[in-house]
Amino acid sequence: MEMMSGAAMVVRTLKDLGVKHVFGYPGGAVLDIYDALYAQEDVEHILVRHEQGAAHMADGYARSTGTTGTVLVTSGPGATNTLTGIATAYMDSIPMVVLSGQVPSMHIGEDAFQETDMVGCSRPVVKHSFLVKRAVDIPEAIAKAYYIANTGRPGPVVVDLPKDIVNVLEEHPYQFPEDVTMRSYNPTLKGHSKQIKKAAKVLLEAKRPILYVGGGAIAAEASELVTELAERLNLPVTSTLMGLGAFSGVHAQSLGMLGMHGTLESNKAMHNADCILALGARFDDRVTNNVEKFCPHATIIHVDIDPASISKTIAVHVPVVGSVEQVTKQLLDQIGKIDSEKQKAKLLDWWDQIKQWRGRDCLNYKKADNVIKPQEVIQSVYKHTQGDAYVSSDVGQHQMFAALYYPFAKPRRWINSGGLGTMGFGLPAAMGVQMAHPEATSVVITGDGSIQMNIQELSTCLQYKLPIKIISLNNRALGMVRQWQDMNYKSRYSSSYMDSMPDFVKLAEAYGHIGIRVDHPDELDAAMERCFAEKERLVFMDIQIDQNEHVYPMQIKFGAMDDMRLSKTERT
Amino acid sequence: MKRIISVLMENAPGALSRIVGVFSQRGYNVDSLCVAATDDKSLSRLTITTQADDKVIEQITKQVNKLIDVLKVTDLTDGNHVERELMLIKVATRSELVRAEVNRNVDIFRAQIIDVDLNNYTIQVTGTSDKLDAFANVLSQSTEIIEASRTGICGLARGDKALRP
Ligand SMILES: Cc1ncc(C[n+]2csc(CCOP(=O)(O)OP(=O)(O)O)c2C)c(N)n1
Repeated sequence: MEMMSGAAMVVRTLKDLGVKHVFGYPGGAVLDIYDALYAQEDVEHILVRHEQGAAHMADGYARSTGTTGTVLVTSGPGATNTLTGIATAYMDSIPMVVLSGQVPSMHIGEDAFQETDMVGCSRPVVKHSFLVKRAVDIPEAIAKAYYIANTGRPGPVVVDLPKDIVNVLEEHPYQFPEDVTMRSYNPTLKGHSKQIKKAAKVLLEAKRPILYVGGGAIAAEASELVTELAERLNLPVTSTLMGLGAFSGVHAQSLGMLGMHGTLESNKAMHNADCILALGARFDDRVTNNVEKFCPHATIIHVDIDPASISKTIAVHVPVVGSVEQVTKQLLDQIGKIDSEKQKAKLLDWWDQIKQWRGRDCLNYKKADNVIKPQEVIQSVYKHTQGDAYVSSDVGQHQMFAALYYPFAKPRRWINSGGLGTMGFGLPAAMGVQMAHPEATSVVITGDGSIQMNIQELSTCLQYKLPIKIISLNNRALGMVRQWQDMNYKSRYSSSYMDSMPDFVKLAEAYGHIGIRVDHPDELDAAMERCFAEKERLVFMDIQIDQNEHVYPMQIKFGAMDDMRLSKTERT
Repeated sequence: MKRIISVLMENAPGALSRIVGVFSQRGYNVDSLCVAATDDKSLSRLTITTQADDKVIEQITKQVNKLIDVLKVTDLTDGNHVERELMLIKVATRSELVRAEVNRNVDIFRAQIIDVDLNNYTIQVTGTSDKLDAFANVLSQSTEIIEASRTGICGLARGDKALRP
């Protein structure tokens, strides 16, 4: 058996698992591991500027590829700095492994320098965690971490490594665990056949069905099957914020996003449906609005790999535990060939009704002569990227505008913090995307507030030559907060404006990038042209937009799904 | 409604804190918790008593089941089961009269005196929680309870049903 140090084992295990990139930041407790990284070329380390950035990069990397993202940080502050990133991944079920240094075993519990109980701190926001006690256990712990992170309902896993076990001066036998099995962990992938039969029957009998697709469809790589099912049954399809792209947003059967800022047609169709097929979506509060008034006419079929997601907020009629991919396949088999003309005829009235709702054109907005509207910026990005970019987003109004005005034709193209809503996610996530897809266009849609939460990563972008396109919708305000203050607090703008805004163009230039400021609607198209023509360098677009624009449609609190404001003056 | 949940899990470091975490994080309360390794030392068996309605108990069992270390979870209150709790209770025995009364109750409740000191007895009693409550109550009527410690409920399903890996 090969002999090597614990530190070398860490790196070797990563290599044997096929890990290509690690996002991290060094420090005392992991210097041995960094030394082991130095001596090889199989695993590339990307040096970030803040550990939160590392976690979001690994996250963006994972979301855009489906593979697990990897983070390496030191003990204490290095580890705690990743917590927001870990929580972000946890809420959106993103596979991630965080290797954190720990003080030497004999000092654990002594409040040693840079000691924090990382396993304890991260416990509520990880899928699982390991504190490794012996060097020989390193390969198995890391292999298990990757296995757990990216099977079942994916999620982040922490592996805490005390300094003494990674000591470069002590050698131990290395054995790579070819096969990882755990008697206590066996996710159910296939749906129960009785439930599949029931689900198929309900679907075939439905007169007003709707397919409600979530992030689980993307995690399970089930896009094609979901599309096949939707097409075979001629179902209207709505998507959660996390599911955008699982079913093409430009498909004729797509109704767009649902929920708090969903389209009128999506929320109306949900509310009036007699059958809802939820595929990998979890009925969260940003979708359902008032659960008491939620979809009163529908028989609900809920497919989810996590049994705990089923009937958590909304009691469902036909629960099916399994992966969206497997269950959709089973449903297709169960349904078999059907007379598509007959099916179409059966849903004719339903589609007529949906067409009426669509006719309201809820995403319509008025352009202005002298000020740029956020919606037109997103549409311009769509045009200049032919709708084919990887779009990462921060959190706020700009996020909702991006979700509504950039229809995604493919899965894994829309990268956003849906569950935790983490400002500061966008830029590092787009960097992870760019590392994974060097040739692709990686765009960030951000706001003047969010971008400043991880702006230090502009330096990392220069170091690794990441030609990201930052589209900052600068409204000189924390727009989403301001919108709520307009609606609920009589426009008392308590701490929602940004005084002393930096000169973003100069800032971009100071970091070695290109900055472009756009003030006038007439300049927008040419500026975008310039931005996307720049293939080698990062461009920071500081776009001055209308400060008073609100995101619509918007559900009305305590109402049903389809109780919505459609503009500042209109409601359903 | 009182529920008794039985959990079979890996006897691994951190496993217990994860289970307790599910309860504290999601706002469920724990009335009692009883845990030890099983005949197979690599496994732990845990019994949690909680108050919850059907919907909450469904979430609790699902969330606990979701933990990587957990092999099996069952709600014992769903079916026929046996449950026992053990209490050690120390009472003052300063007079002959009190000693006689304590002894009488020990007999009635089939408890055992396991330690005797000049001024007190330590008594062990097992049974359902109700029986333990009743015993403590009766003792308190004739003497002073100095201290008591209870294990919390531990239980098993009746018949062939079992939590095995
Ligand atoms: C880390 C973090 N802190 C606070 C919030 C609450 N929050 C949600 S949106 C928002 C405003 C975002 O402002 P900006 O990035 O400028 O985007 P805009 O809404 O103006 O488009 C805030 C403060 C959050 N989501 N994340």
